[in-house]
Amino acid sequence: MSVRSVVPFGPQHPVLPEPIHLDLVLEDEKVIEAIPSIGFVHRGLEKLVEKKDFQEYVYVAERICGICSFMHGMGYCSAVENIMDITVPPRANYLRTIWCEMSRIHSHLLWLGLLADAFGFESLFMQSWRMREKILDMFEMSTGGRVIFSVNKVGGVRKDMDQEMLREFLKVFDGIEQDLKVLTKTFLEDYAVNGRLRDVGVLTRQQAHDLGAVGPFMRSSGIALDNRKLGYAAYPELDFEPITSDVGDCYARCDVRIREIFQSIDLIRQAAAKIPEGELAAAAKGFPQGEHFMRVEQPRGEAIYYVKANGTKFLDRVRVRTPTFANLPGMLETLKGCQLADVPILILTIDPCISCTER
Amino acid sequence: MNMMNFTRIVLKNLFSKPATRNYPAQPKEFFARTRGHVEIEIQACIFCGLCSKKCPTGAITVERGEKKWSIERFGCIQCGYCVESCPKKCLCMCPPYPQPEAQKPTEAYVQPELEPIEKSEKLDRAEQ
Repeated sequence: MSVRSVVPFGPQHPVLPEPIHLDLVLEDEKVIEAIPSIGFVHRGLEKLVEKKDFQEYVYVAERICGICSFMHGMGYCSAVENIMDITVPPRANYLRTIWCEMSRIHSHLLWLGLLADAFGFESLFMQSWRMREKILDMFEMSTGGRVIFSVNKVGGVRKDMDQEMLREFLKVFDGIEQDLKVLTKTFLEDYAVNGRLRDVGVLTRQQAHDLGAVGPFMRSSGIALDNRKLGYAAYPELDFEPITSDVGDCYARCDVRIREIFQSIDLIRQAAAKIPEGELAAAAKGFPQGEHFMRVEQPRGEAIYYVKANGTKFLDRVRVRTPTFANLPGMLETLKGCQLADVPILILTIDPCISCTER
Repeated sequence: MNMMNFTRIVLKNLFSKPATRNYPAQPKEFFARTRGHVEIEIQACIFCGLCSKKCPTGAITVERGEKKWSIERFGCIQCGYCVESCPKKCLCMCPPYPQPEAQKPTEAYVQPELEPIEKSEKLDRAEQ
């Protein structure tokens, strides 16, 4: 007869620096149910909007998350720009797109490294992060910060990239693409890696739809939804299609993210070729009044920004729905029936960011 | 499915230079735009107080009467908003990052009194 037991997972766990706690109900080694609890790193960033004026809040919005900091800043700024009817200059839109895609590449490379670390392939982890380091250097060169960029403002961007810098970046991306092609073989064809990822934690298309999954987690189950297709920043002028896979297991999630890195490099090349000359920012006059929902595609999936303004310099409300929050129900579903040893990998494949979930 | 994919990378790594820098013997080279810390050219400051009003963390204090500009180094988040809003452009973000310390220091800069000759020159110009 099988023995039932409850094993606590996290909030401190070697595989995951993110503070999420799960009570795993086990039957021998098999997970029957997972009960999550979050709330370990709540910082009250949404409440801060009452203390900081709407221009200052850009710096707070950026600090919601350390990995998608650019997109958090951009999402917030776009929402306020929509309320204030500001038309962002085309060059600023292109620059935002380039920085967005660079964020996506560095987030996915970080995730690939963590995944390699989770299944115990230390040198693969270091190879991924070595590549990511080049992206961080490019960020520092163009924005002045490695993680927090502070280049977004309501109306546009603060810093420019000249042609020489763009050419230099494209050269680095050529190198990264070559290196990644070599690493991709290990990630997708290696015997041991396949053994750990194939047929683990399958989420069907119907489940992904019903549980409201977002981002690569959803796309690897076969739903071709990508918020970049909604047409913010310069995405309407670029040519791309959402990347999907029909399998829905951990291997498919790894595959989708790797292909998204190649797609992002391609998008940066397109944007660098098309970027027009012109202003960096439009003036933001007066104070916002009204409300707006902004949806952006972060590396982890769809993030929603709700901003409500009352005509003064302080906003009434800012609400952020982060992708990890939307992916948690899907993750709990995939955990049911898996082996205890697969739990860390399964949690990691949704690319959890608990800090932005709790803000 | 291949088991030897990674061998090429391993061999390449064996015969190539290390990917990391030999810190601190070989320090990091900063980029021109690196937002390290805020510096002030106190001579040019007019003590308007815009930087302290805009600072999101309230790390900057400006005392107009005493002609004193001070900054809490560990309160500063290096966002560059003060630099952007300074009307005299006497603030700048320069590398390197602030050094680790046991205390949280507040750095104060006081504008030195103008020399009597400079003062009289200024007055003359004002009269003209």
